[in-house]
Amino acid sequence: MNTIRTCLLAATMVGSAALGATTAQAQGKTLTLCWAAWDPANALVELSKDFTAKTNIGMKFEFVPWPNFADRMLNELNSKGKLCDLIIGDSQWIGGSAENKHYVKLNDFFAKEGIKIDDFMPATVTGYAEWPKNSPNYWALPAMGDALGWTYRKDWFSRPALQAEFKAKYNRDLAAPKTQSELKEIAEFFQGRDIDGKKVYGAAIFTERGSEGITMGVANALYPFGFKYQDPKKPYAMNGFVNSDDAVKGLEFYKALYKCCTPPGYSNAYMQEGLDAFKSGQAALQMNWFAFFPGLYKDPNVGGDRIGFFVNPPEKGKGSQLGGQGLSVVSYSANQAEALSYIKWFASLDVQKKWWELGGYTCHKGVLNDANFPKSAPFAADFLVAMGEVVDFWAEPSYAQLMQAEQARIHDYVVADKGTAKQALDLLIQDWTKVFKEDGKF
Amino acid sequence: MRAAYTPIEHRVRGLSDKAIAWLFIAPTMILLLAINLFPLIWTIQLSFTNYRANRPNAPLRNVGLDHYQTILSDPEIWQRMQATAHFVFWTILLQTVIGFALAYLIDRKFRGHGFWTTLILIPMMLSPAVVGNFWTFLYQPQIGLFNYVVSFFTGLAPSSFQMLGDVTLSPWAIIIVDTWMWTPYVMLICLAGLRSIPDYIYEAAEVDRASNWRQFISITLPMCLPFIMLAVLFRGIENFKMFDMVNLLTSGGPGSTTELASITLKRAAFEAWRTGYSSALAIILFVAVFGLANIYVKALNKVKAR
Repeated sequence: MNTIRTCLLAATMVGSAALGATTAQAQGKTLTLCWAAWDPANALVELSKDFTAKTNIGMKFEFVPWPNFADRMLNELNSKGKLCDLIIGDSQWIGGSAENKHYVKLNDFFAKEGIKIDDFMPATVTGYAEWPKNSPNYWALPAMGDALGWTYRKDWFSRPALQAEFKAKYNRDLAAPKTQSELKEIAEFFQGRDIDGKKVYGAAIFTERGSEGITMGVANALYPFGFKYQDPKKPYAMNGFVNSDDAVKGLEFYKALYKCCTPPGYSNAYMQEGLDAFKSGQAALQMNWFAFFPGLYKDPNVGGDRIGFFVNPPEKGKGSQLGGQGLSVVSYSANQAEALSYIKWFASLDVQKKWWELGGYTCHKGVLNDANFPKSAPFAADFLVAMGEVVDFWAEPSYAQLMQAEQARIHDYVVADKGTAKQALDLLIQDWTKVFKEDGKF
Repeated sequence: MRAAYTPIEHRVRGLSDKAIAWLFIAPTMILLLAINLFPLIWTIQLSFTNYRANRPNAPLRNVGLDHYQTILSDPEIWQRMQATAHFVFWTILLQTVIGFALAYLIDRKFRGHGFWTTLILIPMMLSPAVVGNFWTFLYQPQIGLFNYVVSFFTGLAPSSFQMLGDVTLSPWAIIIVDTWMWTPYVMLICLAGLRSIPDYIYEAAEVDRASNWRQFISITLPMCLPFIMLAVLFRGIENFKMFDMVNLLTSGGPGSTTELASITLKRAAFEAWRTGYSSALAIILFVAVFGLANIYVKALNKVKAR
């Protein structure tokens, strides 16, 4: 009997607690923010606690792993779903999301609340907020600056024996590369080498087939070699730009880097596989997004003094692939007023400072132009340099089709050994022309 | 005088037998119409338009048979069809041969019979997502068990070949995984067939002094054939639609080597959002599977009637 009484009492207490919690939640609204599941998302969860404390608006988060992020979120937007009140969408989505009215246009809100878009770094405004590009129409607040950079094993580079051997072979110091050609030489130098009784490899680069991996990776070779998406004077005219001699050299270079210097079985690798290869001590160089660098720096095995960072090296010119995202209000949200209040809060300088401290990459000039910023983290100065030279993929409403075509053509050439670099780029122009024709761009 | 017989439902509710029958099957019919027939008709309708689900505000235009013409004259689509046919043919062949052989062995009484049967059945109980993920590790050139097993038997260095990144090996990599996973299913169906053969037929054959081989060719195989054909039908339809496991293993790569028709369809429908085009592709695939399955079912019925 006593047992029954105890159970009843416990049940009553649990029930009361649950009821209390429900009542408390009902007092304030809750916003759902959708983003990719990665390190910066954890920083945002931490940061958003301040917003809840200030406004009594609760925050829920829907984080999707990167390989499924675009599929999942674009499906949500296209079906006019109400899951997300706020979304941190990829830069390439901006065209489609603006034209299909998935995002709320923020011009009037910015004007009303005194949010100055000029307070944010120009490359991030163009990349994450504007549509059409280079027009004063804003659909997002630059939230997470990012570019494709490199990490290297500083501890290996500083070993006297390796330094001497490298110097004898290449007649220069073993240090972070200054050109793409130097990068390949370093990768070749480390490929198959025995370090501390373990076989290591040259470079972990992007070769993923399913979503956007190889397109992002190859861009870091194509841009410095001279690839351009279109004639700057004649939009959508791609012949002689996408398949220029320089672009062909860039693509051949990327294939050579893949063939000579990646770990075995590296035919379908994106950011996570790169992190795994680097963290497990397999790769001397790693291509990856700056967003991961704070986490890598903290890594107990390869972080701290063991890791170094560098911007994507130039060759004929400079260029890094743009990453990063803008923060937008979903037009199907029932909580638009609260979502806008989050954007207002997020845009403030104090919050942006804390965002950077927690591991998010702010785009706010107030933080980035601070004299102490380059010294605030080992990768901060490189981040500023990279963001000054970023180039982005097409952000057209048809970006997914354009991306699919490049994924197939580049993977066919680089990994599956199909055809030549020139043929791959010629076919890419054919595919892209077909898409633009369907879109009525010609 | 006895009153004329009136069914109880007439007396109670005034409904005829036919009406009651319709009443009972109506929910199922409505459900089938809603989830099968309506989407099919809608898909057919969409396949003649330029509709894109991600651009609901764009003007809708009738494009007639354009999508069908584009698809059927696209050499890349035919490459995907060839990749699908290669996958379907080899998986069915291997699964049928190995599945039947296993069923034949399991049908014998031996020690640990139950244990081995359960062990063999485990792969088909796993989710394709799980299978795709752990075979990715098994095929990993540096740490994967598969490469080490091959290395043990051939003397090749484990990291000297990659099953998932090589154009020649990757189609076989996906065939091996599907065969590993679904052979037990074929085995189960074949086992049902073997156990349905009455003992007296074998006894009569023994009286006639027929050899074991003769008994296998003249009794076991013909009497099991309808079951084998049924297994082939099920696996054929399933593998024609194969998506999840291959998507996890190779994402259709390297290049487009293992891009099966269903992966192309998914990419067109839910990544490129070419809804009209992908509807046409879906209809073409549906007609192909439906047509082939119908021809096959007719053959199956003939075999059963023999």
